[in-house]
Amino acid sequence: MLKYTLTKVTQSLLLALGVLILAFFMVRMTGDPATLMMSRNATPEAVEAFREAMGFNRPVIVQFWDWITKAFTGDFGNSLHFREPALKLVLQRLPATLQLASVGLLMAVVVGVPLGLVAGFKSGSWFDYLSRLLALGGQSIPNFWLGLILLLVFAQRLGWFPVFGNDEPNSVVLPAFVLSLPVMGELLRLTRSAALEVRGEDFVRTAVSKGLKRYTIYTKHVLRNVAISLISVIGVEFGYMMGGSIYIETVYAWPGMGQMVGMALGWRDFPLVQTLVVFTSIVVLSLNLLTDLVYALIDPRIRHGR
Amino acid sequence: MADNPTLHGADSRLEEKVTFKEQAAFVGRLLWRDRTGIIGILIFISIVFAAVFADGLTAYEPLDQDLSASKLPPAWEEGGAPEHPLGTDNLGRDMLSRLIYGARVSLGVSFFGALIAAAIGVFLGATAAYVGGRLDDLIMAPVNLVLSLPYLLFVVFVASVLGKSLLNVILIFGITNSPIFARVTRGEVLRIRESAYVESAMSAGARWWRVLLIHIMPNLVGPLVTLISFQISAMIFYEAGLGFIGLSVPPTIPSWGNMLAEGRKYIASYPWLTTWPGLAIVYTSLGMNLLGDWLRDISDPRVRRARR
Repeated sequence: MLKYTLTKVTQSLLLALGVLILAFFMVRMTGDPATLMMSRNATPEAVEAFREAMGFNRPVIVQFWDWITKAFTGDFGNSLHFREPALKLVLQRLPATLQLASVGLLMAVVVGVPLGLVAGFKSGSWFDYLSRLLALGGQSIPNFWLGLILLLVFAQRLGWFPVFGNDEPNSVVLPAFVLSLPVMGELLRLTRSAALEVRGEDFVRTAVSKGLKRYTIYTKHVLRNVAISLISVIGVEFGYMMGGSIYIETVYAWPGMGQMVGMALGWRDFPLVQTLVVFTSIVVLSLNLLTDLVYALIDPRIRHGR
Repeated sequence: MADNPTLHGADSRLEEKVTFKEQAAFVGRLLWRDRTGIIGILIFISIVFAAVFADGLTAYEPLDQDLSASKLPPAWEEGGAPEHPLGTDNLGRDMLSRLIYGARVSLGVSFFGALIAAAIGVFLGATAAYVGGRLDDLIMAPVNLVLSLPYLLFVVFVASVLGKSLLNVILIFGITNSPIFARVTRGEVLRIRESAYVESAMSAGARWWRVLLIHIMPNLVGPLVTLISFQISAMIFYEAGLGFIGLSVPPTIPSWGNMLAEGRKYIASYPWLTTWPGLAIVYTSLGMNLLGDWLRDISDPRVRRARR
């Protein structure tokens, strides 16, 4: 287990380094970060002064070394718009996104897993078709559009939920639901196929012939086996939700990191965008690492694998 | 299953060549058995038809403004006009015409994006698997990096740095989606190379390129076509999403994403500006997903036999 952990941690650290490198070169893709970050009608003198102030006139390798070493101490530079440390601003936004993603994940698990279990056991029934339709819908409806429509119907027309922000306790319902829908579908498909597989196994058939209640079979015998394959997906999906909430946070004016990405892009505040991308990526990488480790802890085949 | 004609069955291959007609009949029977596949194909054909024949299908140019007929609701609602069946937008442009032209942009971007991604990815993946060793690591390290990152964030980031143009969007989609093709290709090639028929071909003295072209490539077609179909669906989403925050193709090009971004400003008073492009995306994406599901099932003989 120790060797496995060490390998996985090293891999993640290398990936994190890759993220830093990628983020550094991405703002330099056009060749001149100064003109990229200044407004289009800035005078050449202003651009030159900005280039000087940001150190963009130094050799790229020096800038790169500066970026990497500072990044390791948590210094990602200042936001151009707020003139404050970018990381501090991002951290202020973290709780809201975390809340949104957690509630979304909870919704996805609470709805997706039971539906998948029942659908798997009654494959071919109308219930099965209905839940597959839900899964297909989660895959085929763009979440920003669904977010707008639900906002229009349930918040504006019916007034059941607040239109924007996260000030009220039920504010989270609509955005979290929209964010959870594709994940719900994914979990449903996975649970369904896992249940289909386990259904024919001897231990389930024994349980059925013993006359155990259906509920007991589902939870005690099937769910335990399905859970292992679900854990690996849930971690990854949580990461997806953390990084994929740009549109939903924008639509619902949810004060998290995703909304900040949208705003920072509008201000051409690239140091802030860079920090947001790096920070979110590292959160996602850590979640993936954690998932791998938990998975290995549960399933010995993984840690002794190959 | 005895009554099931096997297309890839080694025995039937050896005895007689399967004619094209038999193959077509076989695919037809598979389709008929799986109705959702038919729906997927019909949707796909209808969208391609709209994209290709947009000029003939529309009564208006997508950019023609008519301020005297702006913000008309769909024809069946009060105040709607029969010459604009789906209504008009804030500048009096015909919604139906814009939707049909939008199919051309959205499908075009996704289709060419997916093709570029597949070309780069297959090349990288096949090279990594075939050469192996150092080169494998060198290719797969960036591939794995990109695949473990929050994709949406990076696409938005790159798109905002590069600025909006049709070519940029296609290239961004093509390049950023190539890693998934590389990973799938590498995995498939490694798997196929272990198979008995490749081993026997090699021991019979076949050159590496012959093995690659005749034994490995044909087996890649199934998984790759499936992946392309899912990727097209995903890219239609991403194009719309980029358009939604103003980072897709320039506003003069009528893409579904641009239409959504426009319509969003008027959602409270003129909701049809938002509903139509959204429904167009749902329709197309549904079709591509059904098609992808079906392709995955028929290209995998194990699944094919298990299906009722």
